[in-house]
Amino acid sequence: MADAKGLKIDTMRSYLGRARGLGASKSGVHHWWMQRLTSLALLPLTLWFVWSLTHLAGLPYATAHAWAGRPINVILLLALIAATFEHMHLGVGVVAEDYIHTKWIQSTVVVAVKAASALLALAAFVAVLKLAAG
Amino acid sequence: MTDIRDAQMVGRTSDGRLVQRPLSGHLTVYINFDMVMSVGHRVTGCAIAVGTIVMVWFLVALAAGDARYATVSWFLRTPIGYLCLFGWTAALWYHYCVGIRHLIWDTGRMYDLPAVDRSRIVILGATAALTVLTWVIALS
Repeated sequence: MADAKGLKIDTMRSYLGRARGLGASKSGVHHWWMQRLTSLALLPLTLWFVWSLTHLAGLPYATAHAWAGRPINVILLLALIAATFEHMHLGVGVVAEDYIHTKWIQSTVVVAVKAASALLALAAFVAVLKLAAG
Repeated sequence: MTDIRDAQMVGRTSDGRLVQRPLSGHLTVYINFDMVMSVGHRVTGCAIAVGTIVMVWFLVALAAGDARYATVSWFLRTPIGYLCLFGWTAALWYHYCVGIRHLIWDTGRMYDLPAVDRSRIVILGATAALTVLTWVIALS
């Protein structure tokens, strides 16, 4: 059986009837889900980072350098950087999509935000790994 | 009727009379404190995003050596540096607290107005408390 556009229809069930009950679309929720996952990760990581910084404030360079070189701090810093910049480009990207109405400016800003997030994350990764190496 | 937009707002009452339907509540209804807080969540998110530049600068300087680290330390101790740090601390804790409420809302809880009234006060109180606490620890 074919519809007016010549498309073959295998079943008499409507598209809605077939889609119902299958759960949320798979990759369609990726943005929403990553925003939540990264926010959950950032709850403890932010507490730890701010706590650490308040204790490093005013201490000499060698102390701060030694702190950043400890393996546990290296791991947590890398996790913090990954979660922060993933959360950041998702969030700022949505703000750009909501408030910039000229399409090409909007696309440019969204791409620029993603590029800046990626470059900042990479710079921070390299710095932390260098600190880890001593 | 002089404007085409007026034609879109003509409705019928149940007895069949044609009437001009009212405008939606629009801004007079929707501007309230919770809306400002929602906008604040986005604004603080963007402010923290700018702040990450200094976080990366701090880490890169720490890895680059004593001299570079002295530069970032000097900047953060200027009046502008302190102002930025204080602003970012407050923005961070605000975004943190509102974010927790968003995660609770995602589970379908605390959507009713009395709960929103309570959580609003908790968020503002916790933001102030965490900001003050952060600076008390940092400066002690």
